[in-house]
Amino acid sequence: MSEVAQSPTLVIPLGAAKAPTFAWRRAAPILLAAPLLIYMLVFYALPVLSMLLRSVNDPIWTLSHYAGLIDDTVFLKTFWITLHTSVIVTLGTLLLGYPVALGLARARATAPLILIVILLPFWTSVLVRSYAWMVLLGRHGLINEALLATGLLERPLRILNTPLATQIAMIHILLPYMILPIANTLRQIDPSLVRAASGLGATPWKTFRQVILPLSMPGVAAGVLLVFVLALGFYITPAMVGGPRDITLSMLIAQQVDQLNWAYAATLSAVLLATALAIIAAARRLPGVGNALRMNMR
Amino acid sequence: MNGPGRGASVSLAGLEKTFDRVSAVDGVSLDIRSGEFLTLLGPSGSGKTTTLMMIAGFEMPTAGDIAIDGKSVVAMPPYRRNIGMVFQNYALFPHLTVEENIGFPLKQRGVPKAERVKLVGEALELVHLPGYGARYPRQLSGGQQQRVALARAIVFQPRLLLMDEPLGALDKQLRENLQLEMRRLHADLGITFIYVTHDQEEALTMSDRIAVMNDGKVAQVGRPEDLYDRPSSRFVAGFIGESNFLPAIVRGMEDDVVVAECKGVLIRALCPVRPASGAKIMLTTRPERLRFADGGWNATTAQNRLIVTVTEAVFAGERCRYMLQAADGTSMVLKEPSSAAIRRRTVGEQAEIAWSVADTILVEAGLV
Repeated sequence: MSEVAQSPTLVIPLGAAKAPTFAWRRAAPILLAAPLLIYMLVFYALPVLSMLLRSVNDPIWTLSHYAGLIDDTVFLKTFWITLHTSVIVTLGTLLLGYPVALGLARARATAPLILIVILLPFWTSVLVRSYAWMVLLGRHGLINEALLATGLLERPLRILNTPLATQIAMIHILLPYMILPIANTLRQIDPSLVRAASGLGATPWKTFRQVILPLSMPGVAAGVLLVFVLALGFYITPAMVGGPRDITLSMLIAQQVDQLNWAYAATLSAVLLATALAIIAAARRLPGVGNALRMNMR
Repeated sequence: MNGPGRGASVSLAGLEKTFDRVSAVDGVSLDIRSGEFLTLLGPSGSGKTTTLMMIAGFEMPTAGDIAIDGKSVVAMPPYRRNIGMVFQNYALFPHLTVEENIGFPLKQRGVPKAERVKLVGEALELVHLPGYGARYPRQLSGGQQQRVALARAIVFQPRLLLMDEPLGALDKQLRENLQLEMRRLHADLGITFIYVTHDQEEALTMSDRIAVMNDGKVAQVGRPEDLYDRPSSRFVAGFIGESNFLPAIVRGMEDDVVVAECKGVLIRALCPVRPASGAKIMLTTRPERLRFADGGWNATTAQNRLIVTVTEAVFAGERCRYMLQAADGTSMVLKEPSSAAIRRRTVGEQAEIAWSVADTILVEAGLV
């Protein structure tokens, strides 16, 4: 009983007539990616690096910009609002997206249709969608007009330019990033596991709780990470539909750049980037999520 | 009508299932006794797995009834049927340890933790995997995974165990070991087993009874030796073991023996029906029941004889296998136990073969 299931090794077939030499085999993937790598280096890595450098060498080499953040009330409030919004948006997309993902994974003939319905807004500009939310949520917007017309309200609700408007619009825009990874993991769950659970006496709810939900955790982890990190850096939507006093980190950065306050903007950018990286690193280390991310599905 | 034993009795009545107007199971009626090891045997697409899935409750019958211990279960969801089930791909939960996998059905039934640990331990002993409880399924070999699946299916003491080609993915030696273990488990537990396979050898060695399925119907039900010695149709004769088929024309009856003309000679065969004289029939006989008439073998009981030419001779260790051709061109197979004392035939040699009436069966009557 020493035999252990072997994992398949990845083989990249190189369809050359002559067997390529060993050096070529190793170099080929890097060469193929070279144009993109050079592009990213010149137009992404270098600008980001030079921007980040400004946070420590403008006007002289110093860490005072970072030290100053500790009792900078504007920054602390902004940072708190950014994290708070991201958490709410992530929870909102998870609660609304999981059932949709479940439906998408179970659908057979209607799956392409559901997918198109999910992706249709995805292919529309964020700017356009944010404007659309302004039309819907405004003081004389569709929602208020409808509520007034039915007599449920006597005076219009103030939704636009509140944190709630930001949250509603961001949840809508970020939903596909939550649905797609979850649906993808759900679809990979072997249907015989669900049958086995049912045959062994688990009711549909218990099958969901004890089999489907834990097996979909890699997708949930991916969706949560994706949405949270994207929400951290969201700019257009909170700027357009959010409240004037509820400024997010990305809005503060834009404001500082407008005022040519480059060092401060660079420091804030570094903080935003570090926060995103720290969250990705932390998520991988969480025992439950880490296990889920590493888990072999078969 | 509760069965007196530890096993459930299962009764299928006129069971039908159609998928998108294509019939998968077409009128299966079968009574499975309490404590029996019954195998559904058939080629792929014969409806055996669909029948099993309907018993388990994963498929809803289009028509007909399924009764367990005399009570119809058609309207009952799978999780209330209390049936053990083993799948071909094991279907172990990858996120649970071996212990948690086996404890799963107990947890659903609200068995307290301490009791659960004890029962899981016993089940692991039963499948010879003590000490493996803390591992994850992916850390086990295919054979070990199937043992865990087996333990999980019996730990809650169901009265009926369903198995869908459980050994299909394993290599030959492991398969034979597990076949023996399943026989032993069946004897120990005394519960009813319904086993699905396309492997006729597996079906013959393990089952109390076999139901041979073809085209969504039960072609024949019986003990393994009945099916092998008395196939009721050409399909069963061809599917279980190897068979020679001899087309013949009825010339008369002697009690329950039909005398038929085949390749210019008279052949006698056991015959449950009374075909009319002149009717075209199909006779069958097994390759290992044919003998060379001059092979030093007592030929007095072997009434059926035929002159043939050897067209192929293969030495296969424990036996020799000969392809023979009769005068009219039809080919037959003869298997002879090998012995250094028996002269081996050479290709092109003419020989007389002989076999007994009891080993000749009519499988088709009234061919036009």
